[in-house]
Parts: sequence; C-alpha cells; structure tokens
Amino acid sequence: MEHFATLAALTLAAGTPLVFAALGELVAERSGVLNLGVEGMMLVGAVVSFIVTATTRHPWLGVAAGVTAGAAMALAFGVLTLSLMANQVASGLALSLFGVGLSAFIGLDYVSAVVEGIKPLAIPQVSDIPVVGRLLFAHSPFVYLFHTRAGLIVRAVGESPASAHAIGYSVARIRYLCVIFGGACAGLGGAYMAVAYTPLWTEGMTAGRGWIALALVVFATWKPWRALGGAYLFGGVTLAQFQAQAMGSEIPSQLLSMLPYIATIVVLTLISRDAIAIRLNAPASLGKPFHPDA
Amino acid sequence: MSAPPVALTRPRLQLSGIAKAYPGVVANDRIDLCVMPGEIHAVLGENGAGKSTLMKIIYGVVKPDAGTIRWDGELVTIANPGDARALGIGMVFQHFSLFESLTVGDNIALALDASEAKHGLDARISEVSARYGLAVEPRRRVHSLSAGERQRVEIVRCLLQKPRLLIMDEPTSVLTPQAVDKLFETLRRLKSEGCSILYISHKLDEIRALCERATVLRSGRVSGTCDPRTESPSSLARMMTGADLPHPRHRQTSQRGDGALLVKRLSLKADDPFGTDLVDVELAVRSGQIVGIAGVSGNGQTELLAALSGERPVDDPAAIELNGVAAGRLDAAQRRALGLAFVPEERLGRGAVPEMSLVENALLTAHRQGMTHRGFVRLDAARAYARAVIGQFQVKAAGAYAAARSLSGGNLQKFIVGREVLQGPRVLIAAQPTWGVDIGASALIRQALIDLRDEGVAVLVVSEELEELFEVCDAIAVIARGRLSPPKPTHETNVEEVGLLMSRPFGAEPRTGNAHAEPIDAP
Repeated sequence: MEHFATLAALTLAAGTPLVFAALGELVAERSGVLNLGVEGMMLVGAVVSFIVTATTRHPWLGVAAGVTAGAAMALAFGVLTLSLMANQVASGLALSLFGVGLSAFIGLDYVSAVVEGIKPLAIPQVSDIPVVGRLLFAHSPFVYLFHTRAGLIVRAVGESPASAHAIGYSVARIRYLCVIFGGACAGLGGAYMAVAYTPLWTEGMTAGRGWIALALVVFATWKPWRALGGAYLFGGVTLAQFQAQAMGSEIPSQLLSMLPYIATIVVLTLISRDAIAIRLNAPASLGKPFHPDA
Repeated sequence: MSAPPVALTRPRLQLSGIAKAYPGVVANDRIDLCVMPGEIHAVLGENGAGKSTLMKIIYGVVKPDAGTIRWDGELVTIANPGDARALGIGMVFQHFSLFESLTVGDNIALALDASEAKHGLDARISEVSARYGLAVEPRRRVHSLSAGERQRVEIVRCLLQKPRLLIMDEPTSVLTPQAVDKLFETLRRLKSEGCSILYISHKLDEIRALCERATVLRSGRVSGTCDPRTESPSSLARMMTGADLPHPRHRQTSQRGDGALLVKRLSLKADDPFGTDLVDVELAVRSGQIVGIAGVSGNGQTELLAALSGERPVDDPAAIELNGVAAGRLDAAQRRALGLAFVPEERLGRGAVPEMSLVENALLTAHRQGMTHRGFVRLDAARAYARAVIGQFQVKAAGAYAAARSLSGGNLQKFIVGREVLQGPRVLIAAQPTWGVDIGASALIRQALIDLRDEGVAVLVVSEELEELFEVCDAIAVIARGRLSPPKPTHETNVEEVGLLMSRPFGAEPRTGNAHAEPIDAP
C-alpha cells in the first residue's frame, strides 16, 4: 500500500509539468489563439527559475521568476500575433526555437550548479501536494472555463470573435489575458521541472514536454479533464519505463524513453475519435486572427 | 421600453451626412436618417445599396468617415458595439451573432452585464419569452436550433437589455408565413411600448404591412423617404432599383427531355445528433417540371440535399434514381457525370471557394466541359467558361480572376447558378437559390430556372421563400420533421395551406414532446 502511494506520488510529480503547460495552452486555445511556443516558454521558465533559485537560495522566488519569464515570452507572442496580426503558427514556432536557444545561452554557467529545490511530495497525499492540489481543487481551469462568467467569455471569444465583438467584448484584451495566462502556466511547468522535479538545469531539459502539451490539448478535444488525464498517463508511463530501465530490462533504453510519448498519443487518439465532441469543443476560430474592422 | 414621454417630439436617432467609403466603393454617401420614438422605420434597398454598412455604423461596428449621430438630441460617438448597447441600441443580425457550441442560456448571459446575468436569468428569459410570444429553450445548444429559433434567441437577448432602438436586419428570410405574423405582433407590441425599430428589408409587402416610415437607399444614397402604407409595391421598387419590378416570363414549350429525379422511400438517419432524420421521402421530378420543396430550415432539408447531391450516398441504390440510373450509392462526381447539377445553400464554402478566383471556381464543377486535358487544366477554356457565365448572367465582378469572396451575395449566386446552368444539366437541384439576394438578381436567377424547365430539364428548388416557390414552381411539396408531403400543383394550393403543412407535418404521429424532434417554428 505504501509502495502504491509512493508510485502515485511519483506519477503525479512526473506528470505535473505537463499538466501546467497543457492547461495553460488549453485556456489560450479556447480563446482562439494557437501558441506553438510552449516548449520555448517552458525552457525559459525553467532556466530563469533555476538561476534565481541558485542565486537567491529561495526556491519560491525562483518559481515566481519562472512564471514571470513564461508570461513575458507569451506577451511578446501576443504583441506579434494579436496587435501586429502576425501568423500564429510561424510566430509560435519562432518562439519555441528562440526559447530553446535563449535558455541554453543564459543557463550555460549553471549547468552543473546544485540548488536546494522544493520537495513537492513530502506528504504523499494528493490534496497536500502544494501547487497541484490548489490548481486542481481551487483555481482550476475546469471550474474557471466551465463554471464562471469569465470562462464563458473566453470560450465565446474562441468560438466566434466576430459575435463577441458584436455584443461588446474586447476580443484583443481577452486573448491577451489568455495567452499570458498560458505563458505563465508554461513557465510554471518549466520552473517545476528545474526547481522541484529534478533540481538541476540541463540544456533542453523539458525534453519535448512542451510539444506533448500541445498535442495533449488537441487530443483532449480541448477538455481540461482529458488533458489532465493525458498528462498523468504520461507521468505514469515515464515512471514505469524508469523502473523498467532500473530493473535492467532487455529493451534498449532509447525505446523505453519513447514509451511515454507514444502511449499518451495513442490513448488520446483512441478516445478522441468522436467527431461530434471535437465539433462541440474545438474553438472554431483557433489560429485565425481577428480584426474588428473587417 | 419605458420611454420618457418628453422624448416624443425629439427624434430618438438622427443621422446627418453619414459617409463611408471603402477602397473602390462608396458604401454610404451623405445619408440622413431620422427615427422617432415608437416608430417602425424601414430601411429599404437592394443588396449592396449600403443598408448593412449604415446599420453597422449605428451599431458601432464600423466607423463613419464623416457625419454626425444624435441620440435623443445629444451628439454621440458610437465607437464600438458596447457604446451602442449602453445607449440602448440592440441589433438582430441577419447572419446571427450567436455562439454555436454554447447553450441558449449562455448566449443570452454573455450579452448581459455580469450582475444581471446572475440573478434569476432563467426567470427573466421565460418572462420575456412569454410576454412577446418568443419561445426559447435555455438549455439547448445553439447549433441544434433552426434559423427561426436562433432568431428568437437573438431577439430575446436584445429585449433583455431593454433596448430603445432595435435594429432588425432582414429578419423574415428564415420564417414561415405564420412565424412572420407572430414576429410582426412582437414588433408592434414593442412599438406600443415606445421602442423604435429600424427594419431592414427588401421585401416590399412586409414593409407596407409593418412600417410607417421608410428611407430608401440606392447605390449608397438616400433615393427617397415615404410612407410605405400609401405606396404601391411597384412605386417602392422604382425608388429602390430605379426600374420597374421584373416579372418572370413563362414560355412552357413543353419540350420534354429524358432527365428525371426519382426518390423512393428514402429514409436516412441524420449524421449530426441534432439533425433531422428523413422518413420515407417520396418524390418525382420529371423533365420539363419545376418542383418546389417548402419548409423552415432544419426540418430535413440539409439531409435531403446531402442525399440527393451525393455528398452522403445512401445504402439503397434504388432509393434515388437519376435519369433512369439507380444512383443511391453514387458519389457527387458520379452523379454529376449522369447530368446532375447542384446549387448548394451555402454560397461561400460549398458553392464556391471564397479565396479562389471565379475561373478556378468555374473549374471546380464544370471541368467536364473540356477544361482538362490529360490531367492538366486548360486555363483558356476555364477562363472562357467563367467569362461566358459572367456575361450571360450579368455578374458584376472585377473580372474572371476576382476572388469569389469579393463578390456581393447576389452576384456570386448569379455566378454559381450560371456555372451550373451552362453545363447543360438534365437535372438541376437548387437550394435557397435567392436567399439574401436582391430583387434584380433574384429575378434573373428565377428566370434562369424557368428557362431550364422550358428546355426540358427536371428542376428541384428547395426554398424557405414561399413567394419564390409560388412564382416559379409547377408543384410544391412541404418538408417538415423529415417527412415530405406529396407535391401539389401550384395552382391547386395556396400559401395558407403550405404554411399549415410546414407546422403540421404530413403523416406525422401526434406530438411526442421530444424537443429535438421538433425543429419546427410552430405558429
């Protein structure tokens, strides 16, 4: 039983960076903005939080810095795509590449640094895991998107910005807020990895989790619960393949490392084949710029 | 709705010298308009006359280049729809500004202030519904609603904001005759409560029945103001178009061809959970005949048209017979090869690709007319074909290479109808051929259908506009809740009978109370 609790806790820890990134992106996409820069925002969030933690010795200050860095990256993306009407796909890809390069550059001196990170799983009970618990049960995007007026407005803007504009909402402002929220979440995911999950910095340490987060949102048909499930499925399989490697499995470790990615995509593809669910949940204006005068 | 009595002598809305130019076109040229409290004021004009731009200016969607707007005598600037709503201006859009994936209740809540949206919204919705006879179901999702139901949602949403000026943009194009009467009752009731109404339309009968003032627009300018009750349809049409009302010419040479469309016991489950299942549809359209299908949209037209066009092949090959061939399992291209031409309801996206030029759009369905050679496109042939369509159907476009999107609705529809007609079909199916199309273009399109009939083509017209069906059809059937009534010769039926069939379907069992099965606008 104790072993199971430990496993569950470790699964949560492995899946959590993905939860943050995916849910943030989900909110941004629900408002109609496709930000492909999640990987870049995560990495910058990770390196900034690590550097701040290493220099100040205050891990929570580091987390705050990581969140801010992610939000700042997203703000830049917002200026490009929402104010200057640049193409969202191209800008998002550029943001990812920029983030990878920037994080490698500023993290160069910290590659072998050691910090005292946050111990997120001191008490292996779900509701006590500090950030996860709060995210899930208090300020979660589920409640936000589907049970509040603000969430309704976000969904409405993503569905039909023209209609939202016609009934008096500022589409650009709402989208800015959602994009910045998405960036902050990606930064938090990165910070979690660098300060809590594995308290160290290595170049490209998110290992494609930003891209998996993007895929999660789509395969979860923009439903937060499914994205959450997918993220922890990823966490679970990550853990399982670590165990398999540790037990000296015959399968090459490279193949095992692929497993979490493959399993997540396969399972989510299987459950998201419902065309009607996609039609009902996909933000109809996703990726399309909106100009009020058009 | 509670207008202060002092305002009675002052115009509620006064526009002076409103001008708006887009590159290449002057949409509004020094327009003056004055609406009194409690007045139903018609804005009449053909498509492209500048009605929509003017309404968008009043509603703050578009900024005017020049001119002033006075509201209750005060000079105001309406920078965005939020400003307009704060003043008390509500608008019911022709193409609706609803959120398809959200529920009716959410759609309404979104348009209200946060505090208003919270407390007893359902109760207020039902109060307004009952008071104005606008039944809505707050829990249903909008995409499952018929156009008439959507309109009711939009109106209820506007009324909850207690507007003092309501703008209605072409509101009756989606309603049964009985529902139009019902809408007029609602509007008259609003008027009696002091609400002003700007009623945008090109339907002369309606304007004469409802409105006491009319401002007529032609090519962006005011061509006259009048009291429509004292005008005749032809005098209004002259103000609107500068010409007399066209009447279709029936030749009826009874030159029969061999084209025919037969539908036998066609039952089809809707592939959309909110669609309408077809039940035992029987239909025969013979060469040299126009058969019309009347009905409010959402009663199975989408499914029937998908089955007939081949977009959704049916299991039983014999259920659809095209020129003597069992065509049920054939796809759209195979059916076209058998001599079928199809004018879909959605002009942009189904009838034409918006971003593509007219030449490319011509190629899409008319490529069998010698436009391809060993897999390569013969651009000269496609261009010649597009130019022929543009010339013969009087399509106003910047040329054969203009993007489909750049054409006005009426001109694009003329192009699409022309593209299908010039292919020399043996069977033509046209869905809503003149929806949102101005008088001139409508007359041309209807004439084209009649000419085809006279040449021996079998023509099926699916339309919500009864006036149109009675004008062009030899027989009319009614579709309601997925069932089709037997076609009746046009001269043996009338609008009332057809209207009743629309709301009380042929052969249907008594009402079950299942909301999803009844996308009908009951009178």
